[in-house]
Parts: sequence; C-alpha cells; structure tokens
Amino acid sequence: MAGLSSQHLLGIKQINKQDIELIFNTASHFKEVINRPIKKVPSLRDITIANLFFENSTRTRLSFELAEKRLSADVINFSANQSSVKKGETLIDTVNNILAMKVDIVVMRHPDVGAGVFLSKHIKAKIINAGDGTHEHPTQALLDAFSIKEKLGSIQGKNIVIIGDILHSRVALSNIFSLQMLGANVKVCGPLTLIPKHIKSLGVEVELNLEKALQWCDVANVLRVQHERMDIKYFPSVREYTQLFGINKQKLDRLKKEIVIMHPGPINRGVEITSDVADSKQAIILDQVENGVAIRMAVIYLLAEQIKTT
Amino acid sequence: MAKKKLLNSNAIAIILQRLACQLIENHNDFKNTVLIGLQPRGVFLAKRLAVILERDYHIKDLKSGQLDITFFRDDFRRRGESLEANKTTIDFIVEDKKVVFIDDVLFSGRSVRAALTAIQSFGRPSAIELLVLIDRRFSRDLPIQPNYKGCQVDAINQEKVIVQWQEQQKTDAVYIEN
Repeated sequence: MAGLSSQHLLGIKQINKQDIELIFNTASHFKEVINRPIKKVPSLRDITIANLFFENSTRTRLSFELAEKRLSADVINFSANQSSVKKGETLIDTVNNILAMKVDIVVMRHPDVGAGVFLSKHIKAKIINAGDGTHEHPTQALLDAFSIKEKLGSIQGKNIVIIGDILHSRVALSNIFSLQMLGANVKVCGPLTLIPKHIKSLGVEVELNLEKALQWCDVANVLRVQHERMDIKYFPSVREYTQLFGINKQKLDRLKKEIVIMHPGPINRGVEITSDVADSKQAIILDQVENGVAIRMAVIYLLAEQIKTT
Repeated sequence: MAKKKLLNSNAIAIILQRLACQLIENHNDFKNTVLIGLQPRGVFLAKRLAVILERDYHIKDLKSGQLDITFFRDDFRRRGESLEANKTTIDFIVEDKKVVFIDDVLFSGRSVRAALTAIQSFGRPSAIELLVLIDRRFSRDLPIQPNYKGCQVDAINQEKVIVQWQEQQKTDAVYIEN
C-alpha cells in the first residue's frame, strides 16, 4: 500500500483523491479506537509534536491535542498571546527555537495566508496546517467530508451548499476543494458582500436565495459569521442577516425532504442557525467534532509514518 | 520458485476438528472464554473454528471477535512500505475472560506481542492463550509459544508458508515456498 503522496498537509490543494481515501480509511479505524474502553494506541511513542497557535482556537487545538495524545505522541503547546512573538521574534526564529528541542511535527494555525507553505520551505519538520488566515483549513474539510460520507454513504453526485460568510472562511475554500475532488456539486449561498468575487472560477455556483439553495441541496454546511475578521460592515444588521440567511425550523419544514445540517463551530445560536435546528437529529454537528479527532489521528499517523527511524 | 503442498483440505479439516476438541477440553462450555481472530489472516481460522464448535459440538453463545494490531506493531516507521489497518470487531469487554488468540502462522511472535498489548484496550483478561494452524519452529524473535497448534513446520527463514482458505482461494491448503 502506498502512503500519503505529500510530505506535509498544507492544504487540500496539495493532496489528491487517493490521499483523501487513505485518510478516510485510516480515520474509520481510529474512530473505532477512540470508542474503546481504553482509547489509546502506542504508535507515536517516540514522536514529538508542537502545536503552534498564532491565532486563537479552542476546538481545533483541543481536537489536535487529543488526537496526538491518543496516538501516544509527546505534545507541546504554544500560543502567540503568551509568547515572544509579542516581543518581535520572527516566525522562522520562533519555530527554529522550538525545533531545536527535537520536534518532529508542527501543527500550526496562523493569521497569514500561506504561513504553512512558507514554513515548509525553511524547516525540516512535517507541517500540518490548522488554518492559515482566510485560506485553507484542510483537517476541517476532511472531517466535514468524512462526516457527510458517513451519513449519506458517499459524496459522489451529492449537492452541497455552503452558507454564510464565504469571504472570510478558510473552511469554505478547503471544503470546496475537497468536495469537488470527491465528486460533489458545490454551491455557495450568502450575502453578495460576503461572497468572493471570483469564486465562480472554482466551478462553484453562487445562489443568493437561501430557500432555493436549501431546495437544491442534500447537505447544508452553515458557516459562522466571523465578526472578528470584518473590518467594515458587510450587511446592514445581524437581524437582517438572520432573516435572509439564518437557518430555522420553518425554512427546513417547507422543504418536504430532510437535508443534513453541518456547522464547523463555534455556533452563534440564533444568528446563522437556531437552537432547534442545531440540536435536531438532522444536524451532525457533534458527529463532526468526534470525527475531527479520528481524522486528525489519521493525518498525524500517516505523516509520522514517513519519518523513518534510520 | 518451488512450491510444496504441506496440507490439503482433508488434512486441514481433521486438524480443525482436533483443535476444536482441544479447545473444548480446556474451556468446557465457553461461558467465560472468547475467541479472537488476529487480522487479517487469523480471522478465517477463527470463524471456521467457531462454526465447528457451534455446529458439531453445540456450543451456545460463543463469543468471538477480530482484532487488528496495525497500530500496536513495533515496526512502525521502520517498514519500507505502509500497512493498511483492518477492522477490529470486539463487541464485548474481555475483563476477567479467558481469551484465545487465533492466527494462521506463528513466525517471529511479533504480531502476537502486539496483540497482547492491543487486547488490553478492551479490559484485563484473566488468561490469554494462543492457537495457530502452523507453528514455524526456529524462527521466533520473542519468547512466545502456542498453546494449541495444528502443525509444526521446520522452515528456514527465506522460505514462506502460505495458508489458503476456501473463503478466499476456493480451496483449503498450506504450501511452503522457497
């Protein structure tokens, strides 16, 4: 069996369909592992992983840390708001200092687009991109696709709409790449101001009417409105956004079919999705969280396998 | 490449019956015993034995499962090519149970060592035994010996022992290849 074709996981763009299938297959075994009474395997006993978070994160960092610990790796955590970055140290210096402590894999979240790619050209460790600015968030896309496959059996030919703040979303871009690679039809839906100008060049259709988008889709991936990334006003008011693009039970009841609802979290309850929808059985939001650990275990395991001992 | 048949389907059928009887001698009604086939190749043997025990010896409520050891192997990052994991199905707790590991060929003993660690994720068994169809003597890297063996083979290291199962290759047979 061939391993991963890529030396790092920088984005979905850098891997291929076989890689995704290998990651899914491995993740399904890890999902069984994390449901055992003892949820740990010893594979990565002699591997050290640094989680470098230059941008705030709770769930992604916890998910990575748990995945690493389930694989028995040694883990060190670093977050920018309590570090020398504030004292003016460059990215390469910060990372090289950490690597001098013999770290094998770096999981990095960074506010700048392409930070992972840049780092991979300058350091020897394996890099996993845990989100770079508004660019990519590959493990989120993988766990989303894995969750859809688990729920619907396959992704080929399925209609998937990504709703909300596409402009600021790295989840949207990675999702578009991975879902298209696996044969899904992808549309985006949201206020025109939050849809990137050239998104059609990716083969994605834009739908401005939420009801039409819901009518068309099998799966709706609802994104969070990222207020913290908005330097100007992109829509008149949160209330108006909710009325036009928020998912509620009434809108879903009108569909005459049951669609799958996803959300990468954290949820702004009552803004992009109401509580009754988020907690309904057609929402697979908590499955996504569970699958996140399994997918991250698979990615780390498959990359670690390339670090030979001799 | 020379290939010599060691066992044909008749010989294997007789051996399976004997192994089933030996298991009954030690485990009576199997109330407190579970059979665990080691993935990938031990699963066929475990299923066969379970069928014989249930059909010919009327053992009721036999518990059996399959265990994959990929993530517990000691040659991770040391192999040339990567190994794909297989399914683990153990729908019961092995705490205080007698566990019988079942595999087709015992060679270096390293798979069994990995299985001894892996099974601990499902509880602490009261005892663990090992049943193999073929015991390759003189090739062990670790101090591991089977409790039940179908046939002992003195093969040198370059030689390969190949077990074929009806479920996969239409007929049961064991070959030695050099």
